[in-house]
Amino acid sequence: MVPTLLGVILLIFFLFKFFGGDPAEIMAGLKASPERIASLRAQLGLDKSVWQQLWVFVQQVFTFNWGKSWTTNESIADIFSSRLPATLTIMIPILLLQVVLAIIAGLAVAYVRGSLTDRAIMILTTVALSISFLVYIIVGQYVFGFLLGWFPVQGWSNSVWKNLVTYAPLPVFLAVLVSLAPETRLYRSFFLDEIGQDYVRTARAKGVSENAILLKHVLRNAMIPILTNVATGLPGVFIGSFLIEVFFSIPGLGREILVAVNRSDYPVIQAATVYLAALTMVINLITDVLYKFVDPRVTLK
Amino acid sequence: MSTEMSTQLLQTLPQSPGVWKQAWRRLKTDRVGMVCLYITLCFIVLVLLAQLGLVAKDWQKEVGIPFAAPNFVGKIADGTQNAIVETVAGPNVDLSDVDPLAPRYQEWEERAAKFKTAVIVKADTLPFGADQQGRDVVSKVIKGAQVSITVGLVAALFATLIGTVLGAIGGYFGGPVGDFLEWVYNVFTAIPYILLVFALAAVLKSGPLASTLGSGVWTVVIILGLVGWTGIYRLVRAEYMKHRSREYVRAAEAIGASHASRMFTHILPNISHVVLVQLSLYVVSFIKAEVILSYLGLGVPLDMVSWGTMLSEAQTELVQGKWWQLVAATTVMATFVTAFALLTDALRDALDPKLR
Repeated sequence: MVPTLLGVILLIFFLFKFFGGDPAEIMAGLKASPERIASLRAQLGLDKSVWQQLWVFVQQVFTFNWGKSWTTNESIADIFSSRLPATLTIMIPILLLQVVLAIIAGLAVAYVRGSLTDRAIMILTTVALSISFLVYIIVGQYVFGFLLGWFPVQGWSNSVWKNLVTYAPLPVFLAVLVSLAPETRLYRSFFLDEIGQDYVRTARAKGVSENAILLKHVLRNAMIPILTNVATGLPGVFIGSFLIEVFFSIPGLGREILVAVNRSDYPVIQAATVYLAALTMVINLITDVLYKFVDPRVTLK
Repeated sequence: MSTEMSTQLLQTLPQSPGVWKQAWRRLKTDRVGMVCLYITLCFIVLVLLAQLGLVAKDWQKEVGIPFAAPNFVGKIADGTQNAIVETVAGPNVDLSDVDPLAPRYQEWEERAAKFKTAVIVKADTLPFGADQQGRDVVSKVIKGAQVSITVGLVAALFATLIGTVLGAIGGYFGGPVGDFLEWVYNVFTAIPYILLVFALAAVLKSGPLASTLGSGVWTVVIILGLVGWTGIYRLVRAEYMKHRSREYVRAAEAIGASHASRMFTHILPNISHVVLVQLSLYVVSFIKAEVILSYLGLGVPLDMVSWGTMLSEAQTELVQGKWWQLVAATTVMATFVTAFALLTDALRDALDPKLR
């Protein structure tokens, strides 16, 4: 974990150092005098050696002090703390609904495996998967927001409750709807791996009800791949779905990072990348520990 | 005499078909796979024709009125197109005695006559409608297919190349080199996919490479390739670890084959089915990724058209009730992606009979 984090820091530093533009020129703008650029270079520490700059970068990572955004002069810490709530308001309901619905749909489809319903659903999901995410949200916003007027087309307020009740439902609904096809396929395969096992046949032979087989035996044994899948999606909760945030003008972290990319606001992108990578590693570590609780047969090295 | 004998002997021996021939035979029995193969081939032919400039060359021409409706819908009279300009009755007042420019009118008219002006008759309806600029949606979809499929294919090839070479080196040599590549792999996978895309986009957009690459499709190809190589690296590395100590590789070593030769002429053909299947999975996911990137403004530049740019235009059009561009781009893209995805499944089944 430590070498990986070090690698992430090195990768991000050298990527922006060697392939990125000159920060002083970006900050000074197009009509800058050479003196202004020179003073900015000194201010940013760009006149020091590469290794000294790397050391400064490492210090920034560990002290959480990234200074200010190049374009808005807002401190990076403020950007993160003010944008994160909006992202979480959208992403936590999405993740919860997604997992619950996918487990139900996956179990249902796995239970009727091989039947006409199963095959029809599999074909349907293949077709549904081939249509771009973008089309779903364009059409969804048009139909539910514009034509039917059930939800506001877009918007955001300062009150968490109002956001959750008025503005979040449409993006959450569309995101869950879109993810249902791939997630159902995935969860079906998790359950199918278990449903053919001997212990299921034994349970059935001794007269355990079908519900108990599915919910107690199969679901528990399929917990490991489910847990892995949820853990892979968890870092995304903090970064948000860029597309959803841009499309519905939600002032979240994802949109902020996209704006930073368009403005070449490097510190915002660097900070987001390094911390999200660190978070991903922490989540993976926690998942490994959770495996032990879910399945006592797993031994940790 | 003896050589003749041996050739005769070879001919009488039962022929054992190669891996690819067997795979082709299995694929031919898969009806869904064959239909998808034909659909995919049609698209590839279309892309080649568009590349050669034989079809959809004039996609940028304004052939219809803005938002011309599809033929089967008929002309939509919404009253906004033809505003009636009121003309003042009576002849124009002769101002030539006070107009300082009057002596030169003759000269200018002569000059203007030298240039031809063609009046383009703009169609009211087109086979599948027109966009805001009056461009034919059918040509746009074909041109968009060319750009999207090419980007998807080239990016997939690029990612496969990086992944295969690194995976081969890591799996074949192992040891410190392998450990180093594992570390690089871990670093790349630790960063969430989309953030790596954004970091690369930011760097390629404003860095020194921006001037050489332009804001063209190459940026998209490089971004997708650099982000996507990890999956295939993992698979290829595992295959090489499995194969490196097999007998046929040891035999090649015994007859003096170099490391490079063993890696790429002996082992690679034996694992090429893994690479091929992964490559086609990449094509599908990269075509989808290009759509999203183009919408976010990080993809194909404005002077080109791809399925992604068409869909992002469609967002504002839909509210005005102009649905045809959205429907055209979605249907064509969905057809290609479904056909290609099912073909990939069929290929995997055909190439690896053990999986069944």
